[in-house]
Amino acid sequence: MAGKERNVKVKIENLHKTYPSRNGEVTALNGVNLDIMENEFITVVGPSGCGKSTLLNIIAGLEKPTSGKVYCDDQEINGTGTERGVVFQQYALFPWLTVKGNVQFGIHLQGIKGEEADQLAMKYIRMVDLEDFVDHYPKELSGGMKQRVAIARAYAANPSVLLMDEPFGALDAQTRTQLQEELLHTWEKEQKTCFFITHDVDEAIILGQKVVIMSARPGRIKEVVDIPIPYPRNQESKISKEFLEAKNYIWSQVYKEYLEVRK
Amino acid sequence: MEADTPLRKTSEQKVHVKSNLSWAERIPSKGWLVLSLGTAIIFWTILSFIPSTSRSFPNIIKVTESIGTMIQRGVFWSDIASSLISVLSGFLLGFIISLPVAVLMAWYRPIRLIIEPWIQFIRNIPPLAYVPLVVISAGVGRTPQIIVITIATFLTMSITIYQGVRNIDPTLIKAARVLGAKDRDIFLKVIAPASLPFIMTAIRLGTAIGLTSLIAAESTGASAGLGMRIRALNNTFESSSMLLYIMIIGIIGLIFERLVKLLERRLTGWQEKKEM
Repeated sequence: MAGKERNVKVKIENLHKTYPSRNGEVTALNGVNLDIMENEFITVVGPSGCGKSTLLNIIAGLEKPTSGKVYCDDQEINGTGTERGVVFQQYALFPWLTVKGNVQFGIHLQGIKGEEADQLAMKYIRMVDLEDFVDHYPKELSGGMKQRVAIARAYAANPSVLLMDEPFGALDAQTRTQLQEELLHTWEKEQKTCFFITHDVDEAIILGQKVVIMSARPGRIKEVVDIPIPYPRNQESKISKEFLEAKNYIWSQVYKEYLEVRK
Repeated sequence: MEADTPLRKTSEQKVHVKSNLSWAERIPSKGWLVLSLGTAIIFWTILSFIPSTSRSFPNIIKVTESIGTMIQRGVFWSDIASSLISVLSGFLLGFIISLPVAVLMAWYRPIRLIIEPWIQFIRNIPPLAYVPLVVISAGVGRTPQIIVITIATFLTMSITIYQGVRNIDPTLIKAARVLGAKDRDIFLKVIAPASLPFIMTAIRLGTAIGLTSLIAAESTGASAGLGMRIRALNNTFESSSMLLYIMIIGIIGLIFERLVKLLERRLTGWQEKKEM
């Protein structure tokens, strides 16, 4: 993996975003520059309100930047596109569709129908280990299962970039670790460019090849830290020397930002 | 696994304590229904014995007998049929009009800003108040009845559906968009199914409003109907027949509610359970 020559997949250039508010404008992003390489797994940490989600929404094409540009495969991003999939923290499953219906949603929109769509959906349902729940509705699933369906749904549309906005934030610690491991396996098998937002430093390190630390308002990138832990990773990687070093360093940096916000 | 055992024990204890305390939970819901009905009949009977209320509440035997009287007069079934026709066609028309209006209001801000105040304004006026105006233009007979019920049901249903469409979780629309949905797909595959529960609520409210505006609708010079008959019986002080007719309106309401619930269970069973 590391030896392969990589192209820049997503290029973020001098991104600014301000929102109007009652007392003037609020700056969410203030000059963000970042290159995301092909098949790279990037995680983003930072205090709440640092503009992480805004950044993700702009890459997804769900929001427009005030100034600056984002390119995906050298094409300027203008709106959403199926090459960029999103997994939301609130799962955002369609409650009136079964697990299969949800996973097929994007497949159907691409004009794939019938048997072929079924098989494709089943492939991704199996990937997240939910073949026993194909015909269940979201209300019958636990939080962890719902998020697995959301991941399968995003994968099934076959994006080359996967954007994840604190996808495990609402889950209990045990389920979260389990899903982290599953996501690692999936990414190791079927590589995609991943942009993963979290407020959990451990999660950022165990998943990412690089951890992007964002600074408090106005949001910009403070530092990008390489994580030299080799893949395949698992929970035991969390007791390695590299992990603990990275954790100490990143945590102290994030903590500084946190104090900054409190001032 | 070890942690499982004490957990189970506490939960068993809880169940035990509970079943000791709440005898109420051991009566099935059907049993409660019978109990509720029984208490109502007891109250009714008491009212029929108290001198000051006995003239308004003839006892259950007299009321049951009045079914025969009304059938003999040849009005019983035609009254029920006439009211059902008015309520159902008025409701249906109101529903058909409210759907597109609600969607347009949710979709286009100018349309909402112009139309919503009208609806809110008229909604607070009791239908009985504008009945004379309807009669002046539409004359007497079936037409004004249907118009009155259409207006009343439309006002409530359009607001209910519109609020439902506005309250659709925006992340669902975002999720659809990133999966490649265009405006048309979002309307057909997200907005439409997501508003179904609100449409069902609107139907439930609509049928109820249709029934409650029946008296007003049938005061337009109707020749038959439950509401019209109650007013006519008032002139001859036939309280047992009046009470019978009032109860029939209530029973029809319950049947409507039941039917809507059945439909709801079939169409929106996917919803997270919300206790009513």
